[in-house]
Amino acid sequence: MSAGEMAMQPQQPADIPVPVEPPPAVAAMPARAAWRRRARWLASTLLTVFITLAGLLLVTFLLGRVLPADPVLRVVGDRAPQELYDRVYREMGLHRPVAQQFALFVGDMVRGNFGKSLVTGNPIAEDILRYFPATFELATLAIVIGVLAGIPLGVLCAQHAGRLPDHLARVASLAGHSVPIFWLGIVGLLVFYANLGWVGGPGRLDVAYRYSVPEVTRLMLVDTLLAGEWEAFGNALSHIVLPATLLGLVALGYVTRMTRSFLLWQLRQDYTTVLRLKGLSESAILWRHALRNAAGPILAVIALTYAYLLEGAVLTETVFAWPGLGMYITDSLFAADIPAVLTATLLVGLIFMLVNIASELIQSALDPRTHRP
Amino acid sequence: MNHLTASVRWLASDTPATRTQARLGAVYRLLRRLLGHPIGVAGLVVVGFIALVALGAPLLPLADPAAQSLGERLLPPSAAHWLGTDTLGRDMLSRLVFGARPTLAIVLLVLLASVPAGLLIGAAAGLWGGWVDAVLMRLADVFMAFPRLILAIAVAATLATGLWTAVIAIALTGWPPYARVARAEVAAVRQAEFIQAARALGVSRLRLLLRHALPLCLPSAVVRAALDAPGIVLITSGLGFLGLGLPPPAPEWGAMVAEGRAIVFEAWWVSTLPGLLILALSLGFNFLGDALRDVVDPGVK
Repeated sequence: MSAGEMAMQPQQPADIPVPVEPPPAVAAMPARAAWRRRARWLASTLLTVFITLAGLLLVTFLLGRVLPADPVLRVVGDRAPQELYDRVYREMGLHRPVAQQFALFVGDMVRGNFGKSLVTGNPIAEDILRYFPATFELATLAIVIGVLAGIPLGVLCAQHAGRLPDHLARVASLAGHSVPIFWLGIVGLLVFYANLGWVGGPGRLDVAYRYSVPEVTRLMLVDTLLAGEWEAFGNALSHIVLPATLLGLVALGYVTRMTRSFLLWQLRQDYTTVLRLKGLSESAILWRHALRNAAGPILAVIALTYAYLLEGAVLTETVFAWPGLGMYITDSLFAADIPAVLTATLLVGLIFMLVNIASELIQSALDPRTHRP
Repeated sequence: MNHLTASVRWLASDTPATRTQARLGAVYRLLRRLLGHPIGVAGLVVVGFIALVALGAPLLPLADPAAQSLGERLLPPSAAHWLGTDTLGRDMLSRLVFGARPTLAIVLLVLLASVPAGLLIGAAAGLWGGWVDAVLMRLADVFMAFPRLILAIAVAATLATGLWTAVIAIALTGWPPYARVARAEVAAVRQAEFIQAARALGVSRLRLLLRHALPLCLPSAVVRAALDAPGIVLITSGLGFLGLGLPPPAPEWGAMVAEGRAIVFEAWWVSTLPGLLILALSLGFNFLGDALRDVVDPGVK
């Protein structure tokens, strides 16, 4: 018996008289078994997190230090004198054994010491903190749009499964999966900004409003509201609405498809037959019962889609000159600022992992049958 | 004509005489069902057409995709240049046709690398279980955790750009889904009678894996590969768009979208046409995969 299991044994106080007839062992089992299961689940999740994190670190380390032919040349350029080359070589710790280099690298990462950007000269962590809120704002608005439109559409598809609305939605959601988001952004700007003039152009605000709002949360919509600048809020909204809607379309396709198939599965269960016999209307069954029972897997899908949107944001941001993490990655890329690119990669990988775990937790919290904490 | 009916009857036979006949018959029945599926036919037509044109590109009467003619910059579509010209006066039609080649090559190579690797790893984990299973599946978890596009960007940024870098970068995160499904499918039959019988006959571990366990995973892997292809198309063109694809004069759809981006208000065709082709190819693969899923396993519908 491990120490953890020992600690979980219920203490038997000595002064309570032992009942004449001991309660059946079965009655005591569920609570203890549940605790043991939770402990085992926690241990295995932590192990997965640890291993994944180590894997992420190892891959970024290999990409940054080991695989390139000569990481020093990338810093000093190929015309540097030998002394400079040697000094940078030692500063980067390349004279040490690879294992030791990796240990030092991990130590730096864990302490949040990501090094300095080769281009801006700022600590990379600081740069990323400044860029990340824009991505967060964009992806969050996109997922809200995708979910608010995708779930009703999915219900509609399930209600008319196999008929015209279902087929239309199927083709539309496959199209949403297939469209290159960077191209959609260019076409969107061409139509809605240049030709129709309905939305603001690239960037988060018109130049006229720039610096008129104090940075508090760095989320433009929130900051303008906090400052009470309604005009600037409207302007920020007109800028974010197009990229967020286009990203939302990508989410919409996926959410619709998955909602549909989860609901169809629910409709095959016996309880829906009972509800039908009770005389409930088909839409009441779908909205009030089936949707609620499918909530766990749907939320898990939404979480995964959100992680996917963070990735899609990289390409969207390049098109819309949106100063977020994606812009940061591509800008650093063109400036050959590899440490910045790799740190951003690491960060996105970390968010990915956290979102995955969160989705698993949500799913099990909503569906006791998955038997997890 | 008689030959045809005879061979169809041979294919559709309920009592195949040889193993080959049974296999070909299964493929034939699958194709028949796919051809009865409108979405599947649409996907097959689109992907088949693009693949044919890409293969036959050098034989078609097209202008040289790299021939510049600065006097003929940004001409709109006309009789001489059916789809206009780009910023360097190159013929758009020819560049679009030749641009299909690297995209399809990358899709093919990534699938050729990630599907067998994923199936082997997954089937081994499912068949042998124990610590092999634990180690291999943790490895799959690690690679699943990476955001695909971002890792591809990081790999392409640190190694030299080119076809092979793109293939490696995309295949690296491509195999875990195949491994997971294969593991589940093989683990379900690990104690099945035909596996036990094979074990009792003294079949070697490797042969058991390759000849008895692996074939079970093929149908679902084909469906998954078709559904995986559009993602690969999008990542490939995304890398091209960021300038991490093939080095310049080579025509590549994503890079062409990027070239036309600055002049999209004056010359819409330079940027929009290659994007439409990316959309068509990846939609075609999605249609095909979606229909294959219905056809291969009607239960999942």
